[in-house]
Amino acid sequence: MTTLDTPQDLAATQVRVNDFAVKLANVNGTGSASANGLLMRAIFRMGIPVSGKNLFPSNIQGLPTWYEIRVNGSGWTARALDYDLMVAMNAQTYAADVTEVRSGGYVLYDSTWPLDAALARDDVTFLGVPLTQMCVEAFERPKERLLLKNICYAGVLVALLDIDIDVVATLVDETFAKNERLRESNQRALRMGYDYAREHLSCPLPFHLSAMDATRDSILIDGNTATALGCLYAGATVAAWYPITPSTSVMDNFTSLCRTHRRQAVHRPDGEIDYRNDYLIVQAEDELAALGMVLGANWNGARAFTATSGPGISLMNELLGFGYYTEIPAVLIDVQRTGPSTGMPTRTQQGDILACAYASHGDTKHLLLFPANPAECFDFAVRAFDLAERFQTPVIVLTDLDIGMNDWVVPSLTWDDAYLPDRGRVLTSADLDVMAEFHRFADEDADFVTPRTFPGEDSRGAYFVRGSGHDKYGGYTEIPDKYQEVVDRLALKHAAAAGHMPGPVVERRDRARIGVITVGSCDLAVREAAELLDATGLPVDVMRIRSFPFQAEVREFMAAHETCFVIEQNRDAQLRSLLVLETGVDQSKLKSVLVYGGFPLSAKHVVDGIRNSLGG
Amino acid sequence: MPSIAKPLVPLQHLQRNDLGLTVRDYEGAPSTLCGGCGHDSVTAALIEALFKLGIPPHKIAKLSGIGCSSKTPAYFVRGAHGFNSVHGRMATIATGANAANRELTYVGISGDGDSLSIGLGHLAHAIRRNINMLYVIENNGVYGLTKGQFSASADINSKSKKGEPNLLPPIDPIVMALSLGATFVARAFSGDKDRLIPILQAGLSHKGFALIDVISPCIQFNDHEGSTKSYLFTRQHEVTATDFVPPREEIVAAVPDEGAISVTMHDGTAMRFRAVPEGYDPTDRQAVARFVEDHRARGEVVTGLLYADDTVADLHDLNKTPAAALASVTYDRLCPGSDALVKLQASFR
Ligand SMILES: Cc1ncc(C[n+]2csc(CCOP(=O)(O)OP(=O)(O)O)c2C)c(N)n1
Ligand code: SF4
Ligand SMILES: [Mg+2]
Repeated sequence: MTTLDTPQDLAATQVRVNDFAVKLANVNGTGSASANGLLMRAIFRMGIPVSGKNLFPSNIQGLPTWYEIRVNGSGWTARALDYDLMVAMNAQTYAADVTEVRSGGYVLYDSTWPLDAALARDDVTFLGVPLTQMCVEAFERPKERLLLKNICYAGVLVALLDIDIDVVATLVDETFAKNERLRESNQRALRMGYDYAREHLSCPLPFHLSAMDATRDSILIDGNTATALGCLYAGATVAAWYPITPSTSVMDNFTSLCRTHRRQAVHRPDGEIDYRNDYLIVQAEDELAALGMVLGANWNGARAFTATSGPGISLMNELLGFGYYTEIPAVLIDVQRTGPSTGMPTRTQQGDILACAYASHGDTKHLLLFPANPAECFDFAVRAFDLAERFQTPVIVLTDLDIGMNDWVVPSLTWDDAYLPDRGRVLTSADLDVMAEFHRFADEDADFVTPRTFPGEDSRGAYFVRGSGHDKYGGYTEIPDKYQEVVDRLALKHAAAAGHMPGPVVERRDRARIGVITVGSCDLAVREAAELLDATGLPVDVMRIRSFPFQAEVREFMAAHETCFVIEQNRDAQLRSLLVLETGVDQSKLKSVLVYGGFPLSAKHVVDGIRNSLGG
Repeated sequence: MPSIAKPLVPLQHLQRNDLGLTVRDYEGAPSTLCGGCGHDSVTAALIEALFKLGIPPHKIAKLSGIGCSSKTPAYFVRGAHGFNSVHGRMATIATGANAANRELTYVGISGDGDSLSIGLGHLAHAIRRNINMLYVIENNGVYGLTKGQFSASADINSKSKKGEPNLLPPIDPIVMALSLGATFVARAFSGDKDRLIPILQAGLSHKGFALIDVISPCIQFNDHEGSTKSYLFTRQHEVTATDFVPPREEIVAAVPDEGAISVTMHDGTAMRFRAVPEGYDPTDRQAVARFVEDHRARGEVVTGLLYADDTVADLHDLNKTPAAALASVTYDRLCPGSDALVKLQASFR
């Protein structure tokens, strides 16, 4: 096989602009991530809606890893399942990767070595570029050759897809602004690939890019960074955590944001400059400790949070119930990954919905928020603190690996400088002056919330936090009526919170008789699927749930449709179960489409799932 | 049991502290523990120590886990906020509370089950972080509240009430704490109020994590013959390593300077050790550990303020937090504002 293969007759030569998907197959830990990210960012800077999904292994180096770039001028950037171009850079997975290309598509491979004829396909065009050979000739050091091979194939893709080379070159300059040698070698590798492709391959491919103006007011951000920003803006001062994929970068980002925005230089008497940090982050010994610290800090009047994933939620159960029963605010970010147990740490799922809704023994219920993308992560992180303090209870923000760790194009984040934290009902000394007596769990308001006091303020506000049975005065009790009076109020308080939480987002279509209900990161794929179904004569209404407990609108939506499909990413239909349990909806009208293999949802999954269920 | 309810008639002869408060102001609800339980004596000593130091009740935060011992924060300083948490996790709550507000005096009460089994990891890490707090283990060698199972501090071959021997070696919180870098380590006996009160005062004055292991017999389940945590055994086998003049206390008795060692507290006051065995140095970590181990091998329980170092950075020093409570920092100082948000998003383009 030569390095330049003529396209097969059957190859789709039909031109498609800003509508295609590329999959890159790499080896983990070889530097491909930065090259792939570079391509995606360049497309974003060309003003074109794009997504990049990192399908990576739970491993530091050596295992297969993939990156999927989907470009869609209309903004449908959920995961695609048909790939127009496979960049096959991993010999281990080559055979399987080649089968994933759609008929008429292309495979880019390293032609330094001859291609195994047995792996060829007639309906796919193979594009060979001697990447390794070129890098060996151009660069001295082995490590450099390996790393720059990635930038070299990026250069090839720039030519093949008509990515603006100036945009890419500027990005390389920005990335290596502080290291001239690396800047130069990366630019050289980029040009090498680019020039080779222009000379030897027919560029661009029939599917390619054309600059747009659709991302001017957008940013490219992952959910964990956005969540950390939300916690910063909400005024969180204490954070405690235990490292776990995929939530670790929440705290990494929070830490670096605090270093920039919460650190003041202080001039010491001896002339040295020191710092004053308006934050304290503790890397705890485990997740139990992390939540314990968060509860201790919130009890003492700070805004405090932790971030974790499924295994951490399991460990936090006892203290979650404690926080619920003793009415202490806490914010927990659960970046869900694939369970059960250790499961697949680097794969996505929505498998913690039930575990979080009812976390801990006894009658417990929590407030849950379900952001669908990084922009909502920012927004909901702030709201989580307000809700936790207003309702004096733990609030869990359930994101997932897809939202948390992948870069998404979302509208630029905005901030209202008039915002003030909602601290809920807190009594000061002045309030106590005019009260006959303070009792922690008495004097409920319309939302069934009772006022609290902070330690250190006033002896008259002193009370004893206890997870053991207590009456409305906060005293120990084992008397049925007095115990029940408190837990019954907690149930009412939980229900009352619904009205203060983000309600569902509903998208209606004319003549739709079928409803589609979904949550979190399924959003884009489900809405794209609704467009596709509509185009083939099946209009559906879509409702995305954004919080638990459910609002009246959620019940109304289900009542208004004969059949509702509940689309979610777990095996056991957890959202559907929660809907049935909490709304009393006739469960026969709720049908499930479940995708839980660990990769992000695609519109095709949804369309196929619904079509199959309806009988074609 | 001094914490039993007393008539609330102000008694003229009651001493007043610097704040003008009497010891009554440091009492709490009536104890519901068994009469004669060692834990009640610890409560009584704590009431005295807090009173003597003149700490304003509302500036005290009381925390505990679960167990008979952990119930006791309800029985002292009713004017302080209390936090009876879950089994074994008190140190984590205290760490978070301390992070939020460094201005309070933290009094943590735990049991040997709470601290040396289910909560051992948290205790170890609170020691490492040098959380500024008093941490009292009311050590009775058993699980009192669940009725008499051996705890991790039970000595090997000591006998349960039913006569069964304990086959596992004990965890000695003192030796463990020393090896973890603890900055204040003491052991006392609940039955020896005269020595316990000054040790509690010293622990409360220490800047950093003050661990006090108080042998506190459980008269229900571990005060029989064959127990090594009984009143009798402790009295017979106690060896006092050090005696000292508590900080901020006027030195009334003539203290012989000879052989005395002085440790300076962070507030500048000095703690002077007296009756110190020859060669004993409460600032030499390894030597203290050896001393405790040697005596333990002989079946003796070393008591006293064993080790103190007031110069080590605590959690807040290490994190360079403001001098005032983090929880008191106003929101305008915490929120970077809309302009900053616009600027920082340039890196997301
Ligand atoms: C998670 C959990 N497991 C078990 C218990 C039952 N429990 C209550 S107190 C206790 C032991 C307490 O022993 P210790 O800390 O020595 O306190 P003591 O009663 O001896 O003072 C146990 C096991 C519990 N409350 N929580
Ligand atoms: S059971 Fe033991 S530890 Fe518990 S209160 Fe009674 S004597 Fe004290
Ligand atoms: Mg015990």
